[in-house]
Amino acid sequence: MTMNNQGRPTSVETSRRAPIAPGTHTPEELSTISGDRGLDHEEAPIFELGHGATGVDLPDVQISGDRLGGVRRKDAIGLPGLSEPEVIRHYVRLSRMNYAIDSGLYPLGSCTMKHNPRLNEKMARLPGFGDLHPLAPQSTTQGALELISQLMNWLTTLTGMPAVAMSPKAGAHGELCGMLAIRAALQARGEHRPRVLVPESAHGTNPATAAFAGFTVDEVPALPNGRVDSEALKAKLGPDVAAIMLTNPNTCGLFEGEIIDIAKAVHDAGAYFYCDGANFNAIAGKVRPGDLGVDAMHINLHKTFSTPHGGGGPGAGPVVLSDRLAAYAPVPLLVADAQGLRLIEDRDDAPDGAKPFGRMCAFHGQMGMFSRALTYMLSHGRDGVRQASEDAVLSANYVLASLKDVMSAPFGDGPCMHEALFDDSFLHDTGVTTLDFAKAMIDEGYHPMTMYFPLVVHGAMLIEPTESESKDSLDRFIHVLHTLATEAKAKRIERFAGAPHLAPRRRLDETAAARKPVLRWKREPLKEAAE
Amino acid sequence: MSEVRYTDQHEWIRLEGDEATVGITKYAAESLGDVVFVELPPLAKTVTAGGEAAVVESVKAASDIYAPAGGTVTAANSALEKEPSKVNEDPEGAGWFFKLKLADAGEFAKLMDAAAYAKFVEGL
Repeated sequence: MTMNNQGRPTSVETSRRAPIAPGTHTPEELSTISGDRGLDHEEAPIFELGHGATGVDLPDVQISGDRLGGVRRKDAIGLPGLSEPEVIRHYVRLSRMNYAIDSGLYPLGSCTMKHNPRLNEKMARLPGFGDLHPLAPQSTTQGALELISQLMNWLTTLTGMPAVAMSPKAGAHGELCGMLAIRAALQARGEHRPRVLVPESAHGTNPATAAFAGFTVDEVPALPNGRVDSEALKAKLGPDVAAIMLTNPNTCGLFEGEIIDIAKAVHDAGAYFYCDGANFNAIAGKVRPGDLGVDAMHINLHKTFSTPHGGGGPGAGPVVLSDRLAAYAPVPLLVADAQGLRLIEDRDDAPDGAKPFGRMCAFHGQMGMFSRALTYMLSHGRDGVRQASEDAVLSANYVLASLKDVMSAPFGDGPCMHEALFDDSFLHDTGVTTLDFAKAMIDEGYHPMTMYFPLVVHGAMLIEPTESESKDSLDRFIHVLHTLATEAKAKRIERFAGAPHLAPRRRLDETAAARKPVLRWKREPLKEAAE
Repeated sequence: MSEVRYTDQHEWIRLEGDEATVGITKYAAESLGDVVFVELPPLAKTVTAGGEAAVVESVKAASDIYAPAGGTVTAANSALEKEPSKVNEDPEGAGWFFKLKLADAGEFAKLMDAAAYAKFVEGL
């Protein structure tokens, strides 16, 4: 017989040491010779890795004559020189220290981290869309314009609004577009209305946008049930109020049930209703914001319609506008005439009745996001978009119902919309904070939820699981959070103190980072030479 | 002889002669967490009681500091710009924000004294 006598152990028992229970070791006990851990590598900034190599062979160039008028480079410009495999390893290693929706559940509330279907990517890369130049003659870009036109039709149909401005680049940019349209409408009416009402639970971008657009911000308090205090809001309305900025569902993950009543009061006072569309994933296909009395709302294509975001790609924030604001939509305007579709780039060329307030950005918006969003809509269909919202709400309610016995849910008496909100009262007297709890989740392989937001809840933890997760995935997530909460309440806090223990980096010093930010890498020898 | 009063927005104000020094209370400094940035009012700025006078930013959030009483800014603690940590280390001493020449001493007299403020904080 032939026999393997090379000494390789075949039994699991002799090759495996006793497993280490989480939280029972220090990183020092697990230190390695190389500094790398497992198959994950430490990695220096690429500028420190460069050693003058190059991935390509370039021929020696003979330069005849000086064509720069005597202007010469004095020093090396300091670009790192690495070979192709070194560059690839650098970025792959960095990517392995990162976390993405492609690696696991990403419960970041108010961010709608849903799966990005790969069909979107395929369509966006079709040469007719992906390789277009924004200045190409419009006779050669009719297909792309048709795509934008169809997307506009979807957005106005889903929201029940007559018009949409496509160029804003993301949510806050869309807010600015909406508020500038409101400002233009007020100017056209000849009215000076300096005040904008913003609930205290609002996304921080709302008051920032209002202030940036030249308004003063007046906060509206929240009720104990997490909804905006509509009586307080109505009391603040007056001839100096330009608009309210409201999110629905709001940042507590709750539907503002009095929204139609609020909208009517706002309109009766001569003001406009800006709706923050960040949470549209809860209601897309179910509720039309136009029916609620909304005058302007941005739609985060990168959230609701699955164009990649969160460091992974650009946003896109088209703004739908009511009849009262449609005329003020910024250029470019997309119109259809006998020659086909056409972009109007100049305010002076605007059709009769249109009074564009200006332009939000160069060119026409995020074309790559448009093709991805339309692909998502066409592949899901209207019923599919509706079901995605229903499933997103179901997922969040499953998380809420499964955890509210061990974690504290301030508005847990009723159902939530697409996100489940907890506060830190269940951690009272445990020595564990929301921050510790969130960091302990990293050790368990989960990106933390949104924490300490909304501001109306103490130690907030805002979980938005989205419709992308299977029940198995949600159950695993719930099991981890349930166990962590139980551990914290039993005051077994080792795993929380100083967490994360197992991530590529331990707890970061946020204070030092804010007080002494290092915003630019500097080569050490250069620094010495300067001294 | 100096006298210290407090606001329900957690500022303190210490009156010495006709000049008053303003800062945030120990309770406020602890609630804010590590302060990383302060924005001080320009000299000679006129402030009104309850009006925005300075900004303090911690790791968590940015907050406005309101003038406890109306007046004109006579000094600002520029040391805080380089060392915002002073606000945490000594909020009611070296961590002061600005000084005011009060327009109306009556506004000062209406504020809470130390005992009333302690009771107010206890009730939060």
